[in-house]
Amino acid sequence: MVAELFQQYVGVVVATVAGFVLVGAALFANRLLAPRQATRAKGLTYECGMLPIGRGRLQIHFRYYLFAILFLVFDIEAVFLFPWALSFLDVGAMAFYEMLLFIIALGFGLYYAWRKGVLQWR
Amino acid sequence: MIGDNAWLDAFVRILAIAAGVPVAVIVLNYLERKVVGRIQNRLGPMRVGPYGTLQAVADTIKLLTKEDVRPTTADRWAFELAPYVVVVPTIVAMAALPFTQDLWVRNLGLALFFILAVSTVSIVGFLMAGWGSDNKYAILGAMRSAAQLISYEIPLVMAAVAVAMVAHVDGGRGSLNLIEIVEGQGRVPYLIWQPLAFFIFTVAAVAELYRQPFDIPVAESEVVGGPLVEYSGMRWAMFMMGEYVNLVLLSVLASLVFLGGWNWPLGDEVGPALQVPLMVIKVSAFILFFFWVRAALPRLRIDQLMAYSWQVLLPLAFYQIVVNGLALVYEWPDVALGALSAVGTMVAIYLTYKAVRRPVRRPAPVTQRVEV
Repeated sequence: MVAELFQQYVGVVVATVAGFVLVGAALFANRLLAPRQATRAKGLTYECGMLPIGRGRLQIHFRYYLFAILFLVFDIEAVFLFPWALSFLDVGAMAFYEMLLFIIALGFGLYYAWRKGVLQWR
Repeated sequence: MIGDNAWLDAFVRILAIAAGVPVAVIVLNYLERKVVGRIQNRLGPMRVGPYGTLQAVADTIKLLTKEDVRPTTADRWAFELAPYVVVVPTIVAMAALPFTQDLWVRNLGLALFFILAVSTVSIVGFLMAGWGSDNKYAILGAMRSAAQLISYEIPLVMAAVAVAMVAHVDGGRGSLNLIEIVEGQGRVPYLIWQPLAFFIFTVAAVAELYRQPFDIPVAESEVVGGPLVEYSGMRWAMFMMGEYVNLVLLSVLASLVFLGGWNWPLGDEVGPALQVPLMVIKVSAFILFFFWVRAALPRLRIDQLMAYSWQVLLPLAFYQIVVNGLALVYEWPDVALGALSAVGTMVAIYLTYKAVRRPVRRPAPVTQRVEV
């Protein structure tokens, strides 16, 4: 079992290395072939022709944070759903109703966020 | 297994993928410009080579010999590592993807979960690109892309869970192995039994690919390319490569999960000679659909985009999962499952229609002049 898993995930390791090599080779070829001549104006960030004012790292609106929290909740639910989807028939009808309760609880959370206006993007 | 060595075997198979990826990117780039051009009543590229077939090759050479500029105020590590973080996960996901019954790198037991999990990592790459560039457009685009991707990730995953629940396997239901899912479909693809999951998956896939009408993060007319604005030369091409590899990845995944992969309605046990053309046809249909959507639909506003994911797709995805659970626990026939899912699809189409036709809410007109 372990040997079989190892055999399978060797492919994943090799693919990771291959991905890095592929991107690295392309960037290396670019470095070999492309001219390099840094000037001060070229090093400025692009702002549609204007000189950039201040730094680019802005503060971001709060609503992104609210969506991140919502995402976290539902993504964790998705993590629970995957093993449940494969095995709830073996456990019986009880397993289905327990997951239904869980989904309803989270659905109520979504409803609450909806009524609070979190989903409106103002 | 080649040479009875797992490492050598994986190396040879990955080499085939790694050699195929740049070719596929070049071909798809040409095809996309040609198809979108024809839809918009233009010719598309015509000058380089016969019918412009060498245009994408010429562009690759141009990008290879173009100066790689990095802003002096950029965060060097984030800026230079971002292309790796975008491209490498897509290649890794390819390692778990079966193209036909025997053409794959590794046949993972959790392939569907693995692919969805790994390909999500590229969100981090876009955030790194936006943060590292030290550019206002870039950070705005990165934030938008993160918001959009995490919003559409959930319906996409839920649709995949819905299909994994009902997948027929020997002596039961439920599988995450893509080859088992395909073979469980036999003559009737899951598109028939799970139309709602298919609808949700397709819409979320368009959003995951940043294609119009969901291209707010990289919109040229709003944030001039978003996280990619400071990238040039091969570094920029790497982002494009990631996009096209993702396009192929999601098209293959959708045709495996919903269109029956290498099966067709006229018979089971299709030989390898027929499997390859069947897969090519199904995957090309998806890719052409994505090109078509890109050419035909205008861009959404960000409030429409977020509301559509959270208020339409997510509740309907829950509906699909609950219906599937009920049908499996009480052993309803597949026809009932298909009918209930079709009702959900009708609701989804109606809600989409209503959302599109909703009148624009303008601020109330000024009725009273205030003297200052």
